[in-house]
Amino acid sequence: MTTRTHRRAIQVEGTVGESPLRPDGIAKLQGKFAYAQDLESEGMLWGATVRSPHASATIESIDIGPALSIGGVHAVLTASDVPGRPSFGLEHPDQPVLAGDKVSFWGEPVAIVAAEDPDTARLAAAAVKVVYREQVPLTDPEEADLRDEVFRRMRIRRGDQDVSGPVVVEGYYEVGMQDQAPLGPEAGLAIPDGQGGIDLYATSQFVHVDHEQIVASLGLPPEAVRSHPTGIGGAFGAREDVNLHIHLCMLALHTRRPVKMVYRRSESFAGHVHRHPARMWYRHTADAEGRLLRVEARVVIDGGAYASTTAAVLANACYFVVGPYRCDSVSVDGVGTRTNNPPCGAMRGFGAVQVCFAYEAQMDRLAEALDMDPLELRRRNVLATGDVMPTTGQLITTPLPTAEVIETLRAMPLSDGDQSVLPGGSGLTSELRDVVRGVGYALGIKNLGFAEGFDDYAQARVRLTSEGAIVETAAIEVGQGLVTVLAQIARAGLGVSKAEVRHVDTSRIDSAGSTSASRQTQVSGGATLEASTRLRERILGHHHGDDLTDEGVWRSGALVVPMEELTREAWEETVTFRHPPTEAPNADGQGAVHADFAVAGHRAVVDVDPELGMVKVVRVDTVQDVGRALNPGSIRGQIEGGIMQGVGLAIMEELVMENGVIRNPNFTDYLLPTILDAPDVEAVLIEEDGSWGPFGAKGVGEPPTISSTAAVAAAIRIATGRQLNRVPIRPQDISMGDR
Amino acid sequence: MSALIVEFTLNGSPATARVMSSGSALDALRDELGLFGAKSGCEQGECGSCSILLDGAVVCSCLVMAGDLQGLVVVTVEGVAGDEIHPVQTAMHEGGAVQCGFCTPGIVVAAVDLFERIPHPTGEEIKEALAGNICRCTGYGAIVRALQELSAGSGT
Repeated sequence: MTTRTHRRAIQVEGTVGESPLRPDGIAKLQGKFAYAQDLESEGMLWGATVRSPHASATIESIDIGPALSIGGVHAVLTASDVPGRPSFGLEHPDQPVLAGDKVSFWGEPVAIVAAEDPDTARLAAAAVKVVYREQVPLTDPEEADLRDEVFRRMRIRRGDQDVSGPVVVEGYYEVGMQDQAPLGPEAGLAIPDGQGGIDLYATSQFVHVDHEQIVASLGLPPEAVRSHPTGIGGAFGAREDVNLHIHLCMLALHTRRPVKMVYRRSESFAGHVHRHPARMWYRHTADAEGRLLRVEARVVIDGGAYASTTAAVLANACYFVVGPYRCDSVSVDGVGTRTNNPPCGAMRGFGAVQVCFAYEAQMDRLAEALDMDPLELRRRNVLATGDVMPTTGQLITTPLPTAEVIETLRAMPLSDGDQSVLPGGSGLTSELRDVVRGVGYALGIKNLGFAEGFDDYAQARVRLTSEGAIVETAAIEVGQGLVTVLAQIARAGLGVSKAEVRHVDTSRIDSAGSTSASRQTQVSGGATLEASTRLRERILGHHHGDDLTDEGVWRSGALVVPMEELTREAWEETVTFRHPPTEAPNADGQGAVHADFAVAGHRAVVDVDPELGMVKVVRVDTVQDVGRALNPGSIRGQIEGGIMQGVGLAIMEELVMENGVIRNPNFTDYLLPTILDAPDVEAVLIEEDGSWGPFGAKGVGEPPTISSTAAVAAAIRIATGRQLNRVPIRPQDISMGDR
Repeated sequence: MSALIVEFTLNGSPATARVMSSGSALDALRDELGLFGAKSGCEQGECGSCSILLDGAVVCSCLVMAGDLQGLVVVTVEGVAGDEIHPVQTAMHEGGAVQCGFCTPGIVVAAVDLFERIPHPTGEEIKEALAGNICRCTGYGAIVRALQELSAGSGT
């Protein structure tokens, strides 16, 4: 095991390990914080999008005349108006900016309009006459697999493939299509600079990758477009892909006016990628003591019409197909299919969520077959530092406290939990005497940072000025608290208490990478720590000092350069941080493909009305591997919010598809957990040195969402005796499902 | 579409707005009056991000026709405390109850109304008052704890 020795954090107010208040908290509470939908510019027009009503059709003709003739309409643009590369994509540019001769999913953009006000823009969009010839959509991923309509196939073979054993458990599992449902719909404002270029302020998780795709499709040199971080109302993966960005720039360049666009909620559901629905077949083989001898799986995830990140999500699902358990004989066949369903891509957990639901159900079935306590079965198989990943064979060198997670979770007191809200809500739906309680456990594992040889880096700049330390970054704050933790890291590295984070556009700093994969605290945090430490060393060296504080530079206990004098000079350091390199897998899926891992465990307590099929998740307790807790308050926020999304997937959240059409693209029919659905949560953090993040920190955003779904499902199985091989678990699955 | 002139009281002062007959009170506040505190999250009264006080009652402003504001008293998040910071806002800030913050103005409005009606609400009363506000980030725990602390500590 290679444990790193970490720098000591400088003890200054608001340093790491504390939970300072959010710098943007009061502005958000007063309604003064500007989100993308709140932006305005003098002389601004409003954009709207014409979308396909069909999942698959050829476009016979488009008549923009009726729309253009409406008073106040300034532009109606179609595929032929895209100035540069006609398509875009996060990993492969396969998605048309505007559909040309065919549409491939319901809601695909076909034309865009700009008008004086939002109502006129929507009227104009409705007036664009598109003649379609409908095709039969391909919506079944199995059919797509047979037709070889695939984005990627994964094959993992590790160890002896002829292993057998006395206990065999097989299962088939499904996960429905979940939506990130960030509360702020997509929005943006593009402002022409008068010289053929554009300043874009739009919802995003990754402005530099937006920028690459924007300039390619506009046919402009990179310096002509500046993509600015702006206020984001949540993300959870939904904002990694381009949606309105290129459209806004096209309209603004065409009209030479600022153009604003705000998606309505129904449009938002069509305008961003979703969590991949999955079908999974598993066979676990164990010996009589419960040790895993072999795991075989087939994983099918549906990527929908365009590539987005399907290849990477599939890989993740396959790499974590066994869970945080040791096993030396593994076979996985995975496929990410191309259909006429809506494109799927990143959502919190990124492939690890789907397989966790399946492998944890398998572990429970195995425990039942062995007549063994489910946690004891897991304990006998724990994956730890020094082991190799069961799938890839990668040696795990960073801390992986799976055993501590299990033991801590087992030791947490199991309180009765609040029964003031019964299944079915606060009305008189269930009666207490009909309610059955269940307790279920699940563990999950996921990589941190990007994988498979991707050059994963983040740049940050730290300046010391008369206003204090300023961290400049293009890393996106989506609500998680990056603006708090980067300032804490700068304080801890530089030694001054006044520090703030300022977002700068793509022309003023290199990429921070995506706010995804639980990575920003580690990578942008790593860059911030390195930059602030180097800046401190440079300042002390220059002035022959031995300490730097809010007062200035000190030497042998005397203040030699007061801060005011020190900051008359410009002090700044810019650092590009890279995590340890990873490698691409070989043909058998083998290799050191990941940079770091995190484990977590969840214990769910549910009350179920078995006849009505109603569930109330009473509480979810959790233990999470965090490396070092840089901001315990923010971590708790990530844990509680992540669990809520996991509970949502377990019992209510699903985009209902019919022939490629989303039937519930609104908040009335796509159910989101409310405050009455929120379980009580107790969380214990496991801290351990050795990860490469700043001060040993690990990313914390995704683990809460990975095994919480599986734990809730396990608890409902215990309460009802039903098999429940599909999430979300619907009332009819509970009242009428297979036993 | 036709335009109407509506006159009402907005955050304590008289206001006049030229609004579209088809528009909502939320559209009028945001697009005509430049008050962006109320957010547009779902346009159908499910998420509560656009909550305002209308004649003292919490409503989703996306469900109120702009023309119906005539003669009514409107308080938005910008008006709950004037230039001060409301105890609800302080409690939520200190309690870590804000993440992306998009739901936050609506929750502030609903919570201010709750504490005006019930100075020391129970956990149940807090949850009931906020049942119409969806938060996608926090899982609600910090919001409930912050308001429970305010309930336990507030002197009125």
